Amino acid sequence: MRAILTVQNFTSNFVTTFWTPIFVGIFLAIVAYALWPRNKSAFDEASKIPLREE
Amino acid sequence: MSQPLNSKSMTIGESGLAVFFAAAAFLCLIGAAKAVDVAFGFHAALGAAASLASVFVILNRYFDRPSLLPPQEINGRPNYNMGPIKFATVMSVFWGIAGFTVGLLIASQLAWPALNFDLPWTSFGRLRPLHTSAVIFAFGGNVLIATSFYVVQKTSRVRLAGDLAPWFVVLGYNFFILIAGTGYLLGVTQSKEYAEPEWYADLWLTIVWVTYLLVFLMTLVKRKEPHIFVANWFYLAFIVTIAVLHLGNNPAVPVSVFGSKSYIVWGGVQDAMFQWWYGHNAVGFFLTAGFLAIMYYFIPKRAERPIYSYRLSIIHFWALIFLYIWAGPHHLHYTALPDWAQTLGMTFSIMLWMPSWGGMINGLMTLSGAWDKLRTDPVLRMLVVSVAFYGMSTFEGPMMSIKVVNSLSHYTDWTIGHVHSGALGWVGFVSFGALYCMVPWLWDRKGLYSLKLVNWHFWIATIGIVLYISAMWVSGILQGLMWRAYTSLGFLEYSFIESVEAMHPFYMIRAAGGALFLIGSLIMAYNLWMTVRVGEAEVQSPVALQPAE
Repeated sequence: MRAILTVQNFTSNFVTTFWTPIFVGIFLAIVAYALWPRNKSAFDEASKIPLREE
Repeated sequence: MSQPLNSKSMTIGESGLAVFFAAAAFLCLIGAAKAVDVAFGFHAALGAAASLASVFVILNRYFDRPSLLPPQEINGRPNYNMGPIKFATVMSVFWGIAGFTVGLLIASQLAWPALNFDLPWTSFGRLRPLHTSAVIFAFGGNVLIATSFYVVQKTSRVRLAGDLAPWFVVLGYNFFILIAGTGYLLGVTQSKEYAEPEWYADLWLTIVWVTYLLVFLMTLVKRKEPHIFVANWFYLAFIVTIAVLHLGNNPAVPVSVFGSKSYIVWGGVQDAMFQWWYGHNAVGFFLTAGFLAIMYYFIPKRAERPIYSYRLSIIHFWALIFLYIWAGPHHLHYTALPDWAQTLGMTFSIMLWMPSWGGMINGLMTLSGAWDKLRTDPVLRMLVVSVAFYGMSTFEGPMMSIKVVNSLSHYTDWTIGHVHSGALGWVGFVSFGALYCMVPWLWDRKGLYSLKLVNWHFWIATIGIVLYISAMWVSGILQGLMWRAYTSLGFLEYSFIESVEAMHPFYMIRAAGGALFLIGSLIMAYNLWMTVRVGEAEVQSPVALQPAE
């Protein structure tokens, strides 16, 4: 018995099969965003938020 | 006749809530009249009384208030909403003492069983969930609600969203605690660890929790600070995940809509898996993510230093989110749960070492350049020691999730010791630290009534924790070894009751440790009370000082 290939079950198959690499990819993208040199000054600024509140 | 300008009218929230509570009072009254068991009747009556009182308070508040709601800003500064936070702060101290007291009682019951008093209401089986819920959800929950409402306002530089909604959250949550706690004493339980409250309490908590999420989110939406500070990410993860866990673990069919008993829709090993997916993530997102938010705000505030590495805090956050949710199966090693699921749970638990220690390093290193403050500021010391306990218990946890270690540690007191090094050392101390910071801020006091008393609290409680966890380590490992000891002929060497007997001295030491921890919290309650009563008021400078350019 062969399942009919639809967009929905293709997407669902893809996600259930490849969720590990997908999640790893998303996580690595977040790490890159956090460590990207150009973002450094913005994060340094953000770390001071509790100290400069009124 | 012309309408006067600024005529007062009810907000949608006021009229809506008044109608909601009037309807709730009516339904609860019917529930109380048709109740099939005493506990349900009692809870329905409590619900009716609380609903009626709510209608009265809402209308009274409306008649007393000026026609305009409190302004968002006064003189260009945010008009922070501190009332609900003060309430939750007071409740957290109250529930903390209640929960620690019940903990001491049940610890003593294990050493001296006569303390069960041969009464159903005071038996260990009913008091144990009362203790766990009181310390985790009542004490910890109120601390989290109070600090989250405080931190989200301050770091967003905006007044809390909603007028009645924040009050609905704090009062509704504490009403849930009341229903849950009295239910345990009356024998109402669905027998799921840390999720004992029955279906009607669960429904009520769902309403309260969704409101909590909305208040928090809407405050973030209207924030004046462009960046969402990392503590708010942790709070948001805590609120969202607890909602998902609560809904996933609690779908139940009541035997009667007028009775307290219900049956969970999940069956067999699926139920077990759901239960520990819930149970472990209650640890991960309630007792960890929520209190890490406290760490990320209160340690920088108290040390007057920015977070050691903001970038690490982002990686810490997402690593925790991606990993924690899979760790639950380590509670079901060597059970009917498929082997691969057990191994998966163990693997993810071990991987949790990385974010846990990353977070711990970030918290501790925030003090770099300010370590001398540990000598003079016992509040900061409490916060820092809590992070050290966090590091220690999150080292121990993954180790205990390894299957061979678990085969020795599971079902023994080692687990209890592990939980308490996290609960007393990490959650307790970080909460005490936050309360010591926040009470003077909330009540506009210059500082605490007595730092000396904080010092006493710190040392008494620390000695209590050390007694507690070392007693449980010894007793747990002893217990595990006795259970697996065989004679040369292949028979079990010890009967179960012999292992129980061997526990007795350690149970006494544990109770002594718990008593010290309770004494420490009583010192804190006195100190906070005196801070509010006789503390020196902070002088508010009318004009904010401008930094030199």
